Amino acid sequence: MRKLLLAALAVLTAALAPLYAETIVIRNAVIMTVTKGTVHGSIVVKDGKIADIGEKVMEPTGATIIDAGGQYVIPGIIDCHSHIAGDGGINEGSVSVSSMANIKDIINPEDIAIYRALAGGVTTANILHGSANSIGGQTIVLKMRWGKDAQSMIFEGAKPGIKFALGENVKRSGNPQGGRGAAGTTVQARYPATRMGVEDVIREAFTEAKAYKAEWDDYKAKVARGEHPIPPRTDLKLEPLKEVLEGNRYVHAHSYRADEILMLMRVADDYGFKIRTFQHVLEGYKVAKEMAAHGAGGSTFSDWWDYKVEAVDAIPYNAAIMQKAGVVVSLNSDDAELMRHLNTEAAKTMKYGGMTETEALSMVTINPAKQLGIDNRVGSIEVGKDADLVLYDKYPLSDYAKVEKVLIDGAIYFDRDKEVSSRAAEAAAKQKLVDKLKQQQQQNGGRGGRGGRIG
Amino acid sequence: MKLLGILLTSALAALAAANDTFLIRDADVYPVTAKEMKGVCVLIRDGKIAEIAPKIVPPKGMKVVEGKGLRVYPGMIDSDTNLGLQEIESVRESVDTGELGEFMPQLRALVAVNPASEHFGVVRVNGITSAMTFPNGGGGGGRGGGRGQSIAGQAALIHTDGMTWEEMEISRSAAVQLTFPSVGGGGRRGGGGGGLPDEIAAEFGGAAGGANARRNVDEAIAKINDFFDDARRYKAAKAANPPGFVTDLKFEAMIPVLDGKVPLAVSAGQAEAIHDAIAFADKQHVRIVIMGPREIGKVGPELKSHNIPVILGRVLALPEHPDDAYEAAMMLPEEFYKAGVKFAFGTFTNEFVRNLPFQAAAAVAFGLPQDEALKAVTINPAEIWGVSDKVGSVEKGKWADLLITNGDPLEIQTKIEHVYIKGMEVDLSNKQTRLYDKYISRQ
Repeated sequence: MRKLLLAALAVLTAALAPLYAETIVIRNAVIMTVTKGTVHGSIVVKDGKIADIGEKVMEPTGATIIDAGGQYVIPGIIDCHSHIAGDGGINEGSVSVSSMANIKDIINPEDIAIYRALAGGVTTANILHGSANSIGGQTIVLKMRWGKDAQSMIFEGAKPGIKFALGENVKRSGNPQGGRGAAGTTVQARYPATRMGVEDVIREAFTEAKAYKAEWDDYKAKVARGEHPIPPRTDLKLEPLKEVLEGNRYVHAHSYRADEILMLMRVADDYGFKIRTFQHVLEGYKVAKEMAAHGAGGSTFSDWWDYKVEAVDAIPYNAAIMQKAGVVVSLNSDDAELMRHLNTEAAKTMKYGGMTETEALSMVTINPAKQLGIDNRVGSIEVGKDADLVLYDKYPLSDYAKVEKVLIDGAIYFDRDKEVSSRAAEAAAKQKLVDKLKQQQQQNGGRGGRGGRIG
Repeated sequence: MKLLGILLTSALAALAAANDTFLIRDADVYPVTAKEMKGVCVLIRDGKIAEIAPKIVPPKGMKVVEGKGLRVYPGMIDSDTNLGLQEIESVRESVDTGELGEFMPQLRALVAVNPASEHFGVVRVNGITSAMTFPNGGGGGGRGGGRGQSIAGQAALIHTDGMTWEEMEISRSAAVQLTFPSVGGGGRRGGGGGGLPDEIAAEFGGAAGGANARRNVDEAIAKINDFFDDARRYKAAKAANPPGFVTDLKFEAMIPVLDGKVPLAVSAGQAEAIHDAIAFADKQHVRIVIMGPREIGKVGPELKSHNIPVILGRVLALPEHPDDAYEAAMMLPEEFYKAGVKFAFGTFTNEFVRNLPFQAAAAVAFGLPQDEALKAVTINPAEIWGVSDKVGSVEKGKWADLLITNGDPLEIQTKIEHVYIKGMEVDLSNKQTRLYDKYISRQ
């Protein structure tokens, strides 16, 4: 029943989203480009891309005009850490190394959280596994193309990633008494149960992966020499780790404490790969210069702290300190609600740590784009980039601002006016379904109606 | 060096006047209860606001705070926290909320407040000078209390600074907490079924909806009524002063509630539960405050006519149901405002107390007038918790719980320059600023 209502809602909303991007001119706007300053003027959007930006632009004939009326436009917000659309399949907790699992296989394009994120200005999100495993599964970057199918939401060409996790969450699975929320259930003890064990699990995995890679390298060399060797057996667990060693897959590592952050960088150094981002990285500020030297990005919360022991030294200045040390910093949500106001999370770095407006805004736009290797496509308002744009009614770094319109690939996916004005029709459509169901129930005689229940 | 500084400061202070006596000169004062006054002076004497006037000449030697271009606001009040009772959410040893026992009105949150909690320093710097601290885990609408608890104990209104809980106390028993039964659970997020038509709720099956669930709720309400009836009999018996009368601490704690001196802070998320709670309050002749409603439903007029205030939970929250409006939680404060219901904001956590002003601002983005949002973190909670003679506005005779800012205190970008509690300047450093100072030098 719930699914039926949702599906109806999805159909209604999908009908609002245009199938093809049209030529659009956003006029009379304060355009915060992030990389090229602020422009008071217009943006021309053509074929899903930004075609022109300026105080005065050539408006193509037949273009749809959006008069921003002095409102603000920023690049679509990018969330480097989210679990929406993951259909609940977030932790494959049975093994410590679950690199064979892939988020791509379980995307639920009808997760209402996608639409809500969109309504909060998010156009792109990195969807990861949970943090139960030292090495979790393969991640996927999605565009919030609400109304499209799972395949069409995938950010085409984005480099694949893999989730690693350190610290308490990983240890918890190893705790024979179980962890938070495990009351009443006996959790099978699973290695590792300490931070020492976490390091070992990762080293063991990469020792295997290195040997596996050597087998393949050897095989390929033989083939290149014109020999006809038997190929090694494909190992779905080691394949993504081999890609990490080859630099073809990004490592996004859930982490809290400075010691474990340092540990993972040293492990990566030993095995010859890079940590693309540390996620959460609440004590990143303690080892920011080491992170900068390694080339690791930091994707953190603005002000979460003290909800568990590894978060006691979390400070809201974390983002600012890492930024000052030369780390590429983003602010992420890890949460379907927080995701909806990452603009004000960015504003907090101005309050705590004195970031400039551009530095703050970068942390939810161009910086996460860099961390995900998609900054050639998104993250700033520049000619040639994807027309992923957000219109705010007020200064976007104010907590009084709200999202008015969101464009992805030049198509309007969220329009607050339309959303609000269509509510009466949607409520009526829902009521119609409710009435129909009631009628069915009566026809089937009392509770017999349950038999016809969907979902 | 630091020591010398301290010595010097204290010596000077002793020479001049007490620390809680000073003058704020030429500032823009936003009393909240009246229109703002531009470029006026505020005289603070013995921790209280002694005078507000266009021009006050300070007595010789009195400390003067130059307020030109700055604003003075009352300190903000968070109406639902666990401050002092909970340090690290996931560590049982550091959590003193959610005692065992079903009806525990005799428990006092105040005595378990740890003045050394790092949370106080962190919330003070954002202008929160006082807070209701609740004995139940989750404090209300959001996270439920101890398992199966109906009454978790007495909530205290405290200042966010002080060396002991006695120094922090504003009102030791500002409310007695009661979790009200409801279909689908105590108003928990995603509690399921609540607010849906019965036929539809039944379709969801399981715990939510249906006649059974309603029967369970009625039974639970009857149990609460029994407890209150017993307490009333105890009170009558005590008044009769019979020989051999045995004191019962649970029932003793209920007497101020029965007498209407202390309100019940009733956690009720769904409209149906709020309606039930109002009926209960009528029946028992007790004052109630609704904690953490997640919807207004049809209970707006009822709340208004009964003059029952509400404490709104997090504005930045997901909608209850998949097909609710995406901004349902952000619009809720405006809905209560339009219904004419008095309300204040609570953060219902410790971790986000410092975001209280930003929560209020989010409601403004979605329609609540800004001055109403400001009232909901200052004078409204002061009135709701019965302390508006002491705090909640910048008015003569009240304690000098003040903020000096460079702008609107609900705006993230605004800098809070000084915070005063009872006229004493609050140290704006805390664990987090100390860690910043320590590690910024390493980079």
